Amino acid sequence: MKVPYGWMADYCDPGLAPGDLAEKMAMTGTEVERVVLLGPPSADNFVIGKVLSVEKHPDADRLSVCRVETGSQDGGETERTIVCGAPNVAAGQTVVVALPGAVMPGGMKIKQAKLRGVESNGMICSEKELELGEGQDGIMVLEDGPAAGAPASDFLPVAEPVLELEVTPNRTDCFGIYGVAREAHAISGAPLAAAPWEGGPIGPGVISEEGDIEALLDQEGSERTADRVRIVVQDPELCSRFTARGYTDVKVGPSPLWLRTRLIAAGLRPISNVVDITNYVMWLTGQPMHAYDLDLVPKGELIVRKAENGEKVSALDGSEYVLNEAMVAVADRNGLAGIGGMMGGSVSEVSESTTTVLMEAANWNGPNILRTSRDLGLRSEASSRFEKQLHPDLTLRAQAVADRLMVEICGAVPMAGLVDVSVPAPDSVPIRLRAGRVERVLGMAIDIELQIEALETLGFGVEREGDDLLVSVPPDRHFDVVREIDLVEEVGRISDLDRNLPATLPAGPGRPGGLSRQQSLQRRAEDSLRESGFDEIVGWSFTDPEETGRLRLDEEDPRSRGVRLANPLSEEQSVMRTMLLGSVLGAARRNLSRGADRVALFESGRVYLPAGEFGPGPLGGDFPGKTRPPSNEPQHLSAVVVGPVDPATWRGGAGESDFFALKGVLEHLASGLGVELTVEPLADPSPQPFLHPGKSGTVKAGDRQIGWIGELHPLVATSYDLDAAAAFEIELAGLVDGSPVGEESYVDFTPFPPVDRDLAVVVAAAVPASGVIGAVEAAGSELLTAVTVFDVYSGDGVGEGEKSLALRLRFRAPDRTLSDEEIDPVWNGIIAGLSGIGGRLRG
Amino acid sequence: MVERIEEIEAEAKAAIEAAGSVPELEDARVSYLGRKAELTGILRGIADLPPEQRGPVGSTGNKVRKALEAMIEAKTDGLKQIELEKSLAGDRIDVTLPGTPARAVGHIHPITRTRRLIEDVMVGLGYQVMEGPEIEHDYYNFTALNHPAGHPARMLQDTFYVEHEGHVEEVLLRTHTSPMQVRAMEATPPPLFMIVPGKTYRRDSDATHSPMFHQVEGLAVGEGITLADLKGTLLAMLREIFGPDREIRMRPHFFPFTEPSVEFDVSCFHCGGSGSLDDGSRCGLCKGIGWIELGGAGMVDPNVFGFVADSGYNPDSVTGFAFGFGIERIAMLRHGVGDLRLFFDNDVRMLGQFS
Repeated sequence: MKVPYGWMADYCDPGLAPGDLAEKMAMTGTEVERVVLLGPPSADNFVIGKVLSVEKHPDADRLSVCRVETGSQDGGETERTIVCGAPNVAAGQTVVVALPGAVMPGGMKIKQAKLRGVESNGMICSEKELELGEGQDGIMVLEDGPAAGAPASDFLPVAEPVLELEVTPNRTDCFGIYGVAREAHAISGAPLAAAPWEGGPIGPGVISEEGDIEALLDQEGSERTADRVRIVVQDPELCSRFTARGYTDVKVGPSPLWLRTRLIAAGLRPISNVVDITNYVMWLTGQPMHAYDLDLVPKGELIVRKAENGEKVSALDGSEYVLNEAMVAVADRNGLAGIGGMMGGSVSEVSESTTTVLMEAANWNGPNILRTSRDLGLRSEASSRFEKQLHPDLTLRAQAVADRLMVEICGAVPMAGLVDVSVPAPDSVPIRLRAGRVERVLGMAIDIELQIEALETLGFGVEREGDDLLVSVPPDRHFDVVREIDLVEEVGRISDLDRNLPATLPAGPGRPGGLSRQQSLQRRAEDSLRESGFDEIVGWSFTDPEETGRLRLDEEDPRSRGVRLANPLSEEQSVMRTMLLGSVLGAARRNLSRGADRVALFESGRVYLPAGEFGPGPLGGDFPGKTRPPSNEPQHLSAVVVGPVDPATWRGGAGESDFFALKGVLEHLASGLGVELTVEPLADPSPQPFLHPGKSGTVKAGDRQIGWIGELHPLVATSYDLDAAAAFEIELAGLVDGSPVGEESYVDFTPFPPVDRDLAVVVAAAVPASGVIGAVEAAGSELLTAVTVFDVYSGDGVGEGEKSLALRLRFRAPDRTLSDEEIDPVWNGIIAGLSGIGGRLRG
Repeated sequence: MVERIEEIEAEAKAAIEAAGSVPELEDARVSYLGRKAELTGILRGIADLPPEQRGPVGSTGNKVRKALEAMIEAKTDGLKQIELEKSLAGDRIDVTLPGTPARAVGHIHPITRTRRLIEDVMVGLGYQVMEGPEIEHDYYNFTALNHPAGHPARMLQDTFYVEHEGHVEEVLLRTHTSPMQVRAMEATPPPLFMIVPGKTYRRDSDATHSPMFHQVEGLAVGEGITLADLKGTLLAMLREIFGPDREIRMRPHFFPFTEPSVEFDVSCFHCGGSGSLDDGSRCGLCKGIGWIELGGAGMVDPNVFGFVADSGYNPDSVTGFAFGFGIERIAMLRHGVGDLRLFFDNDVRMLGQFS
């Protein structure tokens, strides 16, 4: 909302520099995005001039030499010679002169100059040069009145400060100049003039009449509106009030300069006096209007009804819109004449030949307008107001102001009375502000007299009842201030809240704050990867639908069926990710392409699955609340390493980033959480088609599958421009859930020494080490406390298709030193167990 | 005979002292204490001596033998130590060669670091940390936060909607972390003090807007909680994050789910809130305003309590405040990151700057 300072000052001049006013408004709830000066950077040296004479320039056909009275700036000459190139300059005109020293918009400074030999002492300005209009036809000519030499900014918005307000959607009153003036009044204490619909000024030289609006509108005219106009509202829930007024003898033409320049200052484009009046009234009162050429409305009949599906209307912006049955339209007997609350139709558009006008001021259903606006992709000044829900009584205010302007500017003769089709206005019940309530909410006492004053300057009616206040709400605040708490806010914001409000801490929450166990362990897991040399990334939650193809996922794989956005910004960000792998691989590629020679990255983030088991806990997507989330959002942890894990040094080569290097990192992470992980070979065909089928496995914590680890499939590596890489991805909830951290119970350790025995067993190459260990453990009895693989060998001395594993077995009893005699039977059982999986002792 | 033993002792001592190495010392030992040594022979032949000589010879001989043994042992230790030192002196490395690097540690992303910082500060003030879904029902994101259908405030936030079982606009990517206010109150009766960090989404992308970003929500509900408590809480938090000299400014504003609503600013930590630097130039961080805009807050709107009345939230007995702000913004301010997009670019040259 652009508020020209001078226009607002018609009603309240807070006597503050615009910047200071902006600051005060910001501190009371109305953000001022910026204050701009309209046109030149300063109003200095722009004065009113009277053209005394005009002669042709002796040496230039298109130039005139003018004598212009400009008053005396320094007590000297009151006239000067100005060379002017405009074709319309003529003696007797009142103009704006830029004297030497004036700075034009864009920075050009006016100087004394010789133009083709003739001295010129200034410049006569056009609208365009002052950025007050398009003004193609030469200099700007003012109406008579202003005295020569007077500052031009007294009459025109030259270097006018314009406040650009960011009005919050609840404050429909501040979508009108008068509402902003009232706000300035409440903030500054400066006096507020009467409203433009009840005796206050409307514009320069135009004053409104005092009295009851409906009575005023009724007293004029010999013809009655009701005789010429018939309004039918078929859907009162979408249009709670439709007021119409007729005018005859309308002279359509350009608006006076003051009105045009005010619209320009407000950012609106002047069109013709009738249309300009509708816009001016809207800007002043907050209530949009629309003007029809009444002669183009058959029988003067307008019907407010829902559009039919596919019904078309050609609107004033020159576009054709296709409506549907959810939208409300204004129709005449032949078809649509406008989109209700949005934009009028071209069929009854006011033109230069119009002489009879119907002025509409109506009230529309906000949510319906909002939806229509969105569905049509059309947002007008009118719809942006109606969508926030205006009060139906504002229509009469607008009709009253328009009435004065139609008479004064267009010479129109109003028809008596309004056609007013309305449902009863919403009740306005006074709100009780209980004693002490302000202090209880704000934590700051405000004297009751000050509370009353604050509310009254904001336009509320206040009656005192003991220490309670009974507050009645004016129509333009009706939908914003409906409850006691809303009054608390009004009182608070006007009471210099920021300066006066103490800073206290609430009485305690009754329990200590803290991270949950899952949250602490999540941090621990992330920190473990950091310690292992990995950089954390934060990737996009949305991804490209092609990603699952790059990862060779089958269409049947649930991870190929991610949650789709209905309105993505781009196809590349249209699906919610189901894995983190794509994100870490993408980041790896980007870093390598930018010159990194190795990367080790991880991400700790959510994936988004249309379905699946929830939990445990928030890490597993089980969030508090009565309604389960629409999709499953478990927290995952994924890491990738490309290039050497450790750099080469003078003592040896680089550590390879192979399966085992990354498995070590994962085991380190798990052991930091006290979890013993196992990795088992993948099934065939591989459920993780993006991995090297022979160098990959399923990660398990206890019996629970929590993820995968492996070297990338060469085809996948290639599609991410990587030579080779190893990666893993696990569900964090599975890991954390298996962790004993914080729940460990002490087990007494034994003083008796262990006995270590080594064995080498030859098995088929396909038998995994975990199978061998499993066989040993199964046969080992409680005396066997640890089994470790310390060598793997194949080659000479071991058969083709076989391998030899060297194991160290540790035996220990808690209460005695073990003897060979005790261990031997267990040992023999282990040998037998190994032969059960086809193993034999080596050598 | 005793005299002879004493002569042997003098000779042997001289020989032991003269020995310069472990083998020379061994030679001396064999010569004077070995099986063929004279002293050994004398002691072995004691029985053949006349009775009156047996005592003196035996005791003198044994005393000398023990003394010599002790002397040899001491001398051996000394010689071994000298030889060790000699061999160590020859075993030299080039200490100027580079050490074997420990594995370089990685880095936690600045957004995570900032989130953890905020969490830790708020935990210290007695808050729990909660998480909520990012794909959310319209009900939690809007309706229960007092944005009725058709409310223009819904238009303030460009929302990503999700294709969901053929329905339009029922499921969305949360536009703020505020839906967890309602979920948390549904699950926990008052008093409730909690924060919610997490990802949020709006359909907007340019240098200052990212379609995905991070927020922290705060909610405190109990008896007698006031707007002044909100101010004190935010002030305490901001001083932990930006330094003990910071001040807070609250500007009235509008949010559908708080009433009264405010936006809050922190005094600029670059210029100290004056808007200008020591050399008189305009502060570039706060653009000369002295304040830095951070987020929105307010007293929980009674209508919001109305949606969780079943869980013990009666607006006549409890009040509460809520606040929300962006994590990226805090991280940008604290670390001087100029472009929001750098956070999601994940260049290791950026990540590596945050230890």
